[in-house]
Amino acid sequence: MEMKKSKKIILTVLGIIVAVYTLFPFYLVVMNTFKNANGIVANPVGLEGVSFSQLMSNLSAVVNNSNFNFWYAFGTSVIITVISLAVLALFGGMAAWVICRNKTKWSTVIYMIFIASMIIPFQVVMLPLISTFRDVGNFVGLPLLQSIPGIVFAYCGFGGAMTVFILTGFIKGIPYELEEAAAIDGCSPEGTFFRIIFPLLTPVITTVTILNGMWIWNDYLLPSLMLGQNGKVKTLPVAVQAFVGSYVKQWDLILTAALLAIIPMVIIFLVAQKQIMNGMVEGAIK
Amino acid sequence: MSENSTSKKMLSLVLLAAGAAGLAVALFLDFSGSGSPIRGTLLIAGAVALLVGMYLFPTVEHHRSIINFIFLFPLLFTFAVTVIIPLLLGIFYSFTDWNGIKFSGFIGFANYTAMFKEPAFIWSVLLTFLFVVFNMILVNLVGFMLALLCTSKLKGVNFFRAAYFLPNLIGGIVLGYIWQFAFNNVLVQVTSKLMGMQNSVLANTKTAFIAIIVVYIWQYAGYIMLIYVTGLTTVPKDVLEASQIDGANALTTLFKIKIPMIASTITICTFLTLTSAFKQFDVNMALTNGTGSVADFMGSYLTNGTQMLALNIYNTAISKNNYALGQAKAVLFFIILATVSIIQVRISNKKEVEM
Repeated sequence: MEMKKSKKIILTVLGIIVAVYTLFPFYLVVMNTFKNANGIVANPVGLEGVSFSQLMSNLSAVVNNSNFNFWYAFGTSVIITVISLAVLALFGGMAAWVICRNKTKWSTVIYMIFIASMIIPFQVVMLPLISTFRDVGNFVGLPLLQSIPGIVFAYCGFGGAMTVFILTGFIKGIPYELEEAAAIDGCSPEGTFFRIIFPLLTPVITTVTILNGMWIWNDYLLPSLMLGQNGKVKTLPVAVQAFVGSYVKQWDLILTAALLAIIPMVIIFLVAQKQIMNGMVEGAIK
Repeated sequence: MSENSTSKKMLSLVLLAAGAAGLAVALFLDFSGSGSPIRGTLLIAGAVALLVGMYLFPTVEHHRSIINFIFLFPLLFTFAVTVIIPLLLGIFYSFTDWNGIKFSGFIGFANYTAMFKEPAFIWSVLLTFLFVVFNMILVNLVGFMLALLCTSKLKGVNFFRAAYFLPNLIGGIVLGYIWQFAFNNVLVQVTSKLMGMQNSVLANTKTAFIAIIVVYIWQYAGYIMLIYVTGLTTVPKDVLEASQIDGANALTTLFKIKIPMIASTITICTFLTLTSAFKQFDVNMALTNGTGSVADFMGSYLTNGTQMLALNIYNTAISKNNYALGQAKAVLFFIILATVSIIQVRISNKKEVEM
């Protein structure tokens, strides 16, 4: 199907217009971090007032701000996201394998509960979740609120259903003969899982990790409730929200903070563009 | 060999005993209210010892069952504690006068009747439905058109695809503030010059609502586009060629072949846009925080003109400290969401079969 040249030009122009629209907010953020507060208000779109030294002073103002505590929030976000993703991949893989290969009434019931739970909105569990974590934490003497292990625990619980759902779909397609052969060769069930099945899960674990990673890294509500808006431990979205709240309309600082929050995601996207886009689609289709 | 298995058996029994003892002591300390700082560590150590002891337990016929249990336990335990127990507790609390910490008694359906006497809440519910309908249509329409563009034989489609998807990477809070800046500082300069509108679009309830929809499409259409792109590439080339030979024009091909063949993709995308629009919270909070005046709704003056259901629940509980009422609203929210999604899936499945 060859398109007419004029039609091609019209479509390309249309595509560029939409791209300008989707990229414009990013442009605004980047451009205005090069300006001081007055420059931003006077001319938020143009190049007027742009200077590299201003970017440096904006960055240092935000990074060294004791309210924002950028590196600490950034580090906390990285730790929470990485540990949660590792835990979800491991425990999710283990659970999905048992559910898939162990055809009993119980495994079917557990699977159905996981599937049904995916429709539960966070709002209906968030309030009792906080009180349960507080009460149980006080009772057994483990800090579940305002602690990194507590929030990893919660992400493992919330991400579990979708992770198991996607992984079971994949494990079903792995021939059972592989496991039988391993068993005949004297491999234990746990050995079969870790040596044979788990390595085969790599592509689907990438998908799950991308889906969970986007959600956990950007999540605001769960950490803001569990860690508190002005608690000791803060993730990046919580820190941005608290920072903006205390610097209303100081756009030089707010936009610089936004830039710092965006950059890690954009870098990861540029590096692993294909995997991320494929992962997002596969996760949705399944 | 036999020595090895005896020592393994010993180790297993020791660990099982130590684990059980550790758990027992930890629980005793909990119940006696000693407040001893080691009781938490003891509890975890006891549980781990118990699991390792179970793993090492020398049995051939039950080994598989033990492994099954150990493999399922971590995920099921976290899932039960974070989702199932809070869900059941939440439904229970919605019938009490719970204040976020404790409750003193049952009040039946009082929370549920109270919320329907609150014009601000009814406004939020209606606004959410309106938002969902607009989004479901617009996001799918925009996403589908972008997908058509990105599957055409243009130069630079890969760039377009990445550029359209990029907004999806940004968390709702951050992008909400970026757009607040764009509306309050950039767009207002344009509108004041062109139309003499001195105020930002976010200052007016109606335009602020449209602004939320615009931002939401900006964030979500790229993602929906990607799914449609995948759907469109599964349409077999020979079918398209055959239709072209039969003299079908582009529009006929689109409506008679492409759309029916990606019916299942349409189902997925409608479901995704429906549920995510219902749950919309971050953008709502960061962009307007639900503010906006409504002169007269059910006889009262409202200040929550752009407040969607999820934000209403949050504010009822956290800001106004009315936990039981907030929880009851959340339960209703859950019921609405579940019903609407089930209906949507039913209708789509029927349509898919017809196509």
